[in-house]
Amino acid sequence: MPKDTGIGASTRRREDVRFLKGKGQYTDDIPPAHDQAAAVFARSTVANGVIKSIDTSVAESMPGVLAVFTGADFADVGGNPAGWLINSRDGEPMKEPKRPVLAHGKVRHVGDAYAAVIAETEKQARDAVEAIEADIEELPAIMDVKAALTSDNFVHDEIGTNQCFDWGWIEDNRRATDDAIKGAAHVTTLELVNNRLVPNAMEPRCSMASYKESSDEYTLHTTSQNPHLTRLLISAFVMGIPENKLTVIAPDVGGGFGSKIYHYGEEALVLAAAKRVGRTVKWTSDRTEAFLTDAHGRDHVTTIELATDAEGNFLAFRTETYANVGAYLSNFATATPTFLHGTLMAGNYTVPNVYVNVKAVFTNTAPVDAYRGAGRPEATYSLERVIDKCARELGMDPIALRRKNFIKPDQYPFASAAGLEYDSGNYDALMDKMEEVADVAGFAERRKASEAKGLLRGFGVNAYVEACGIAPSNLVGVLGSRVGLYDAATVRVNATGNLSVMVGAHSHGQGHETVFPQIVADMLGIDAQSIDIVHGDTSKIPFGMGTYGSRSLAVCGSAVVRATEKIIAKAKKIAGHMLEAAETDIELKDGQFSVVGTNKGVSFGEVALKAYIPHNFPIEDIEPGLEETAFYDPANFTFPSGAYCCEVEVDPDTGKVRVDRMTAVDDFGNVMNPMIVTGQVHGGLGQGIGQALLEAARYNEDGQLESASYMDYAMPRADDLPFYIVDHSQGTPCTHNPLGAKGCGEAGAIGSPPTVVNAVIDALQSGGKNVTHIDMPLTPHRVWSAVNNA
Amino acid sequence: MTKVEMTVNGKQVSRDVEGQTLLVSMLREDLRLTGTHVGCDTSQCGACVVHVNGKSVKACTMFAIEADGADIKTIEGMAGSDGSLSVIQSAFQEHHGLQCGFCTPGMVMTAANLLKDNPKPTEAEVRHYLQGNICRCTGYHNIVKAIMAASGQDVSAIAAE
Repeated sequence: MPKDTGIGASTRRREDVRFLKGKGQYTDDIPPAHDQAAAVFARSTVANGVIKSIDTSVAESMPGVLAVFTGADFADVGGNPAGWLINSRDGEPMKEPKRPVLAHGKVRHVGDAYAAVIAETEKQARDAVEAIEADIEELPAIMDVKAALTSDNFVHDEIGTNQCFDWGWIEDNRRATDDAIKGAAHVTTLELVNNRLVPNAMEPRCSMASYKESSDEYTLHTTSQNPHLTRLLISAFVMGIPENKLTVIAPDVGGGFGSKIYHYGEEALVLAAAKRVGRTVKWTSDRTEAFLTDAHGRDHVTTIELATDAEGNFLAFRTETYANVGAYLSNFATATPTFLHGTLMAGNYTVPNVYVNVKAVFTNTAPVDAYRGAGRPEATYSLERVIDKCARELGMDPIALRRKNFIKPDQYPFASAAGLEYDSGNYDALMDKMEEVADVAGFAERRKASEAKGLLRGFGVNAYVEACGIAPSNLVGVLGSRVGLYDAATVRVNATGNLSVMVGAHSHGQGHETVFPQIVADMLGIDAQSIDIVHGDTSKIPFGMGTYGSRSLAVCGSAVVRATEKIIAKAKKIAGHMLEAAETDIELKDGQFSVVGTNKGVSFGEVALKAYIPHNFPIEDIEPGLEETAFYDPANFTFPSGAYCCEVEVDPDTGKVRVDRMTAVDDFGNVMNPMIVTGQVHGGLGQGIGQALLEAARYNEDGQLESASYMDYAMPRADDLPFYIVDHSQGTPCTHNPLGAKGCGEAGAIGSPPTVVNAVIDALQSGGKNVTHIDMPLTPHRVWSAVNNA
Repeated sequence: MTKVEMTVNGKQVSRDVEGQTLLVSMLREDLRLTGTHVGCDTSQCGACVVHVNGKSVKACTMFAIEADGADIKTIEGMAGSDGSLSVIQSAFQEHHGLQCGFCTPGMVMTAANLLKDNPKPTEAEVRHYLQGNICRCTGYHNIVKAIMAASGQDVSAIAAE
């Protein structure tokens, strides 16, 4: 019986009410301050150029203009930092060229901001931007990752190379991997591109800053997934504003998918402007700006080899990847293609040898960083495509080949050859369930039906395992992270028995306002409606590292549990005092504290009131009040896994691909709210199918982004996608967090792209077309070309 | 500046606007009805859909002066006067048809127009009608399900959890 309330219930979301009524408050909705002013940026129209001069004199004198900033104003201000130090194979640390608030000396991608106008109105600021005379000497654009490595035209002249780093993992395994491949009975090789994507959260970025001179305090409202992290980055690295003088507030945020993790120059600019002009300064991105400047995702060029013995046992995976990091290092840009990618290159398999090489390359494009999946989609795509190709070459069934190499349920915890220890899983059970719910047995009939309509029908499958619930601070610290990745929660019980739960996570679609109260209510045995969360405001919440990397439940949720456990412990002490019993004799059930084996009890509400009106209270033993904080640092990543399959119809005459069925069977461990978890999978599937069939951020050779609007960048629409079949009944609990929960936010985007591509290849092969690979997106033109050139 | 007069969610309003002021700007900035959102600059995304004289229109693609004399309904006008959610809004909540909420006003307004034109749409008809509304969060599954449920059709066969 599905539960009504508490952990495991599909409680409907309370935040929906304001969103459905149009009463959400996104950053751009905030009522204008009485002193509101606007910021508009002057952005480069060339991809690579030397700034010879910028004349702002005309702009400064235009109506309504309050100030004009250029890169020179920020020369002494710190650069936006890289959050993870990666060392190259030769022992050299990675290159970290400065990422300034405004471009200074050079512009390095189309859209790179080199000046900003602050004016009374946005229209006046826009007009003044057009009056800025910038003499920029255009240079050839550095666009191709391989050519960039041998070019002496540098994105950052001061480092004398376009290579950020050349990373190997695990170096000690390199020789054994090379040997395994040399001696193998069979080696499958595949070259693939993981196509560059634009996250395109529907809400464009927006930042608004104010400065209070009397107390020297700043407030920044901004579209962020992690206000405390943003505050930390601005404070410690960029502006130097002490954290206790800077409040960062992320109100309702319309999606992020990673693009709103990062600190961006616009945030620093509005802060500096607010102080300089003594006004509230707001900047709102338009969609074109978003395309040009929001961190892009993916953009790997990879060669992967899979070595097997004659029976199809996996002996080794070896990969070489060129990862485009763009013109500047975004905050997690160096972690995404390394420790969130290379460490997953053993997949679901017992393969004994893995070696990954990644060369990160600067180009004159927008910065590239984590986007839903952040490195794990890249790993899964490479693995599951080469496995599929291998199956064909060996004449083996693709599911059978995977099962043959799966880690078995009795092998956990499992130390993978790529360096991670998976805590739990059962990949065969996932595959069994997938075969059942997807009606794999019925595929043959469905293929006949498609063929009768003149269409080719293909079946594609994929297994994935991923590492999320980011992250164990000790481990990532050793690997080069410059931040900890724990999280925090404060549970505050008010005198009248209702609760405020301050969480370091941030909800921008994930339903935290509903799910966190479910958990606390379940633990305390009280009505979830009496519990509210507080999120998004650094002045109200002790700390947090925010929401990304499928971490809110696994990390912040665990902090919530620990804080609630502390509440229960103290409440039992108080109840013991009230009931004149030892606290060890007190049990909590359904919101009642009672002495074990008796009818004597007090309600949670009575205990709360007592805590705040501590008459006759043992103040030597118990402090008044009932509020507890917990910081939770996970012991490990969590390792969700899945078996996905997909059936496509392909029109051989037009190359058009239609996804007819998409099935996702995931192991998320213990599920808190099945409805919300399913929704997360749906969203990931939509984005993954989008990557596979539709989306491509395309720059031309001059560095112009040709897909800079929704006219040119194909976002999936409702009629591009089917209903999905989603199952998470085969959960194996996470062994190391109190919820037993594994992250679920990114799985759909990780497992779906290879599934779709595998299905299309299967369709074409079934029609006698000898096509072994097509790079994403599998547009009709690409599919048609592959068929006709095969 | 030109004076425009219109009815918005049942109330008469009158404003002076510039010729170039978009309807969505007038709604958001002058009338402070911020439920109608701006998500793009090429009229694709649909976050700005409102009803003008009963038809769904993208408010970013219309000048305020073109709406002079019109009857406008925005998302703020969809709930009951007692604050209760409309059938469509309730269905979206019941079926988890929204996540971040940014596309949601446009989705609700478009859905309302669809169900007026086509009271019992098929799945394909709903998906086709939503071509002008982009969502990045939901993968559309629960949006389509919510709209079909709002039309009174049985959606129990559509996989839920």
